[in-house]
Amino acid sequence: MFTEETLRQVHEGREKWEKEVGKAIRQKPKRRERFSTVSDVEIKRIYTPEDIRDIDFNRDIGYPGIFPFTRGCQPTMYRGKEWTMRMFSGLGSAEDTNKRWHLLLKEGETGLSTAFDFPTLMGYDTDSSRASGECGKCGVAIDTLQDFQVLTNGIPLDSVTTSMTINPPAPILWAMYLVAAEKSGVSWNKIGGTIQNDMLKEFIAQKTLMLPPEPSVKLISDTIEFGTKYVPRWNTVSISGYHIREAGSTAVQELAFTLADGIAYVQDVIERKKLDVDSFAPRLSFFFNSHLDFFEEVAKFRAARRMWAKIMKDRFKAKDPRSWWMRFHTQTAGCSLTAPQPYNNIVRTTTEALAAVLGGTQSLHTNSLDETLALPSEFAATIALRTQQILADEIGVTNTIDPLAGSYFVESLTNQMEEKAWEYINKIDDMGDMIAAINKGFPQMEIANAAYHYQQQIDKGEKVMVGVNKYVVEEETLAGILKIDEKVEQEQITRLKEVKRVRDNRKVTQILNDLHTASKTEKNLMPYVIEAVKEYATEQEICDVWRDTFGEYQDPGFY
Amino acid sequence: MSSEKKIRVLVGKPGLDGHDRGARVIARAYRDAGFEVVYTGLHQTPEQIVSAALQEDVDLIGLSCLSGAHMTLFTRVVELLKENGVGDIPVIGGGIIPQEDIPKLKKTGIREIFLPGTPLVSIVDWARDNVMPRYWVEEKVTNQHRMSAQSQISQLKRRRLSDGTRKMG
Repeated sequence: MFTEETLRQVHEGREKWEKEVGKAIRQKPKRRERFSTVSDVEIKRIYTPEDIRDIDFNRDIGYPGIFPFTRGCQPTMYRGKEWTMRMFSGLGSAEDTNKRWHLLLKEGETGLSTAFDFPTLMGYDTDSSRASGECGKCGVAIDTLQDFQVLTNGIPLDSVTTSMTINPPAPILWAMYLVAAEKSGVSWNKIGGTIQNDMLKEFIAQKTLMLPPEPSVKLISDTIEFGTKYVPRWNTVSISGYHIREAGSTAVQELAFTLADGIAYVQDVIERKKLDVDSFAPRLSFFFNSHLDFFEEVAKFRAARRMWAKIMKDRFKAKDPRSWWMRFHTQTAGCSLTAPQPYNNIVRTTTEALAAVLGGTQSLHTNSLDETLALPSEFAATIALRTQQILADEIGVTNTIDPLAGSYFVESLTNQMEEKAWEYINKIDDMGDMIAAINKGFPQMEIANAAYHYQQQIDKGEKVMVGVNKYVVEEETLAGILKIDEKVEQEQITRLKEVKRVRDNRKVTQILNDLHTASKTEKNLMPYVIEAVKEYATEQEICDVWRDTFGEYQDPGFY
Repeated sequence: MSSEKKIRVLVGKPGLDGHDRGARVIARAYRDAGFEVVYTGLHQTPEQIVSAALQEDVDLIGLSCLSGAHMTLFTRVVELLKENGVGDIPVIGGGIIPQEDIPKLKKTGIREIFLPGTPLVSIVDWARDNVMPRYWVEEKVTNQHRMSAQSQISQLKRRRLSDGTRKMG
């Protein structure tokens, strides 16, 4: 981008400035020995054209909507359409969550995102002994299609898209959505949304675990194949770095492990299902964390798009430009929030959300100020939504696309992020693939090391958390924390019993037997799951078939 | 002798909650501070945690829960310890726990709750100040793996009851 002459002049100027720096440091020593990002990447005093001397504008930066998509995946970005404001929510019973969804839509939310409780996430019904005390606590409890129909009551499924954070039982919850849509007269080619359905990052980070890695990936390929054929607007997987970061990874690890997971899914669908890469790749979607370090995050998002485009074009030989683009959802970093002085969390969430917007996200969840204490109250969730609306409408950042492009620092950091992430991806390739790396505990231990390092930096005061290790005050506890009533569990168990009593149990048994037989083959299991859900088979009944067929994965407890 | 003995701590993740960042960081902090650490891994029932605590003959149990099910799960662990005659093993906890639940948990017998943001050093120091490593009979229970769980538990109970040197803060 720069002529040799320009670079020579820049260098000359730099030598002069360095003399000034020397004088300044003698008068006023540096505040810290070392300046680094949240991920502890060392940052230089200043960046100049010399730091990006090898950049080629068209090759590395270019234009939004065009390979390599560094600047965004659509040509007009937010001037054409704002990002989708999609607040992750779910609490108590299906009725409680349905009420919260209607409130958020009324307040201007533009997409839905479902938080399930732990029994639902892990494939247990509310009446299981494993589920005791968990019902509705960290999301909504769903056992059967009946709960799901209550959940989506009055929601226009043909116009609102819904994301569901669900992993081992993803095919089941998706089947419930498909059947609920069908029953409300909306056809499958009209509905849109996302199931997270990314098991590899579960083994690495989020740890909602059920089956071993190999059958888990097979079930994911089933959903990708089924979606490609019958539900064309659905994102059947949301390849997620969010949880990797929350588990304590660095930004580079988040980026690298997420892309490596993506590579594993694409590879499996091509090999197992013999599908043409361009038939399914455009529907792959991603999900990232937006953490506290503003520029590091923007660089990560830009590097992510550029790397995925190269992976799809060069590694998988995809030809459709829509296979090259990376569309992603972002959530602000839950782990950056503090229990002390909770109102400060609004400020943290705001700057994290801004980084996501300047990084070109397609949809966004902003955390509520009270999320280190409980599920969000209505008051806190509304402020979080308003934060996005202020960013979109008031502060002018949507006027132009990728305004940070060309910054010596941001471009240099974007390059560095990419370079370090390739190193990880190459290492994983050398191990065989992501499943092999997981079996070795490689990503798990890399993250554990980073998490421990960060905590030590906090404890030593090398990294600051306001209200935790600096500016600490005595304070009253936050009022108005949301409490999930213990009676939700009993009511849910009663409802479940009633469903089991009135359904055609002979039919349910027959369908579960058919599923069992089919699970032992390479057949796509989605049609069986849909049939089971239609007859009100419970989530756990279906999961138990799989546990029986494939065995259960035990957390090896790396630390 | 007891002063040379290391504190044995069990870090447990009861319930279905998968948020293990805190538990793993704390396990490592205890290890680095010279404790012997048993980390259960995820998704343990209270029964599994208590059984592991007995088998491993630990001096301290740390529980982590971020799913909101702490009242049920932590309380159950304490109850089971009492039922097994080892109610004297101190239990501490951490996670997403509302302030108002802390006195309730302490009433059930949880000794201390550490909220997000607590420096690792204070968690380690609490153990140093409040837990003394008991010294146990050196000969390990033989053929442990061949014994039924029940007989293991009763053997361990006998060992623990016969140990008069345990000091508690």
